[in-house]
Amino acid sequence: MSDQGPAQPAGEPLRGSAPRSAGPAPAKDMYLRLEDVGKTFGSVVALDGVSMDVNHGRVTCVLGDNGAGKSTLIKILSGVHQNDSGTMYVAGRPTVFGSPKDARDHGIATVFQDLATIPLMSVWRNFVLGREPVKGWGPFRRLDLRAGQAIAKRELMMFGIDLRDPDQPIGTLSGGERQAVAIARAVYFGAEVVILDEPTSALGVKQSGKVLKFVRDARDRGIGVVLITHNPHHAYMVGDEFVLLKRGKMTNRWLKEEVALDELVAAMAGGAELADLAHELGG
Amino acid sequence: MSAPTAPAPADERLRPQPLWRKALVRPSVGAAIAALVVFTFFAAVDDSGTFTSPNGIASWLAVSASYGIMACAVSLLMISGEVDLSSGVMTGSTGLLLGMMVTEVGLNFWLALPVVVLFAVLIGFTNGMLVTWTRLPSFIVTLASMFVLMGLNSGVTQLVTGQVRVGGIDQASGYGLAQWVFGSRLDSEWALTVAVGWWVLVIVAGTWVLQRTRQGNWIYAVGGEKNAARNSGVPVRRTKVSMFIVVSLAAALVGTINAVELTSVSAGQGTGYEFYYIIAAVVGGTLMTGGAGSVIGASLGALILGMTTLGIQYAGWDSTWRFTFFGLILFWAVMLNIWVRDRAERGRR
Repeated sequence: MSDQGPAQPAGEPLRGSAPRSAGPAPAKDMYLRLEDVGKTFGSVVALDGVSMDVNHGRVTCVLGDNGAGKSTLIKILSGVHQNDSGTMYVAGRPTVFGSPKDARDHGIATVFQDLATIPLMSVWRNFVLGREPVKGWGPFRRLDLRAGQAIAKRELMMFGIDLRDPDQPIGTLSGGERQAVAIARAVYFGAEVVILDEPTSALGVKQSGKVLKFVRDARDRGIGVVLITHNPHHAYMVGDEFVLLKRGKMTNRWLKEEVALDELVAAMAGGAELADLAHELGG
Repeated sequence: MSAPTAPAPADERLRPQPLWRKALVRPSVGAAIAALVVFTFFAAVDDSGTFTSPNGIASWLAVSASYGIMACAVSLLMISGEVDLSSGVMTGSTGLLLGMMVTEVGLNFWLALPVVVLFAVLIGFTNGMLVTWTRLPSFIVTLASMFVLMGLNSGVTQLVTGQVRVGGIDQASGYGLAQWVFGSRLDSEWALTVAVGWWVLVIVAGTWVLQRTRQGNWIYAVGGEKNAARNSGVPVRRTKVSMFIVVSLAAALVGTINAVELTSVSAGQGTGYEFYYIIAAVVGGTLMTGGAGSVIGASLGALILGMTTLGIQYAGWDSTWRFTFFGLILFWAVMLNIWVRDRAERGRR
């Protein structure tokens, strides 16, 4: 069902088990390609000359320290900002996203670290938020509670989360599991590409590991993943392509087979920080 | 840590919750306990027995209904993350408008009513659009509209009628049916007002919307975390503006009920009541910051305020003591809610 439109129309009864089946990535074109993309705000060059490929069943990592231009890149990819140089191709066609909704309609879903879920709401209500399954008609059109709960339970199970009670507040889940809910719902609602904004930065080692597993699960289900991070170790564990940003410029671009972890770490951080990172790697 | 009744999966932090604990997490249960305490207290201090007599009960239910209809709407708005300080004055504005239309203009009651409804939609829409466009706190925007309306209520009433009230509404054409729909009472010993019926209707409708519709899901979402809701494709502005309109429409209903029951409306009608509605909603567990609350809870809060208002009269105390009670109730009910919720949630960790 991967040829299905990106967003399931609101209110349409949910059918089938999952809108996507795992499979090999289409060999031909990249789903999302950036060529020399740049963005300036007045006289400030926020982003310059960024090129990257994102495709189904592939993880593209964007690495950079604070202020490297990662958030500007995310905002271009998610339709908040528009690039003013270079070209973005979606499914082979030059595209500029006019709005976040436009990006979503093109199958690009962004999971923001803190802004992905609503803590006081239940897991299943969070899961179906904005595209709730409904039944009945006219004034009796109502939420299909059972369907919504079943969807949340089943889809999270696919990411290895056994949800005992879909009605529990999502705030009771761990940070990693909340990320999983956000990823799973993007996948379920037909995203071709999921952009993850620093999904591990607020998490401990164990929780980070979980999130990286979710990234791999999403990839294995045929999703293109853009992983934004400042942690080269996390990136190297799951990435197929690495794009390194520094001060708004793309300084390096590697495929996995072209680069070793040491190289990635060295490019990312100066010598003084290496010891710390090596320590983290050990953990 | 609570003792799980079934072994939890090794890599999960999910544990089954006992039913009582699930119930206690709901703040409306705290409000129900508080309502019971208030009822017992006023039943005990009232030597005449009026408070627990059918007539007494009907009386405090009538007062509770006029608070409750508004508190339901206000809690919906508060769940969506906004407040409306013009809600009290709006019950006056709508009543006055209705009164002037049927007396000064001479319109049939049932022709005047749609005009009042339209007026309410317009005010709610304006409040909502001003809040979402200017991004000012709704406290500021609706404080402004409250004062504007308060001045208009008094100024226009005096200009049109030469008095500070609109009277003689029962002389209007169509009043007979209106009296039956908005102002009738059960003829039996239990002189329940029809307003209580309207209140029940509002509770059912509000609960339905909140718990069983997509709109309800969105109301919680925009109040809980606006940006996450927007990222999920929820129409944030439309949801909030709708809730402002709901509050204004509820004010039109209460304004109409008051106008029909009393057959006259004073220019100061409803002033200050906006705080009763907010108190009722908060006592019922509605979060000031949005994202949580229920219509049932708000109604229990309104019930507490209604019982207090009349309980104090029946006890023979000066009626202004109710303000002191309202303040104390607000504080202690919120403390009770937090305490209950904390205790219940402790089992989670």
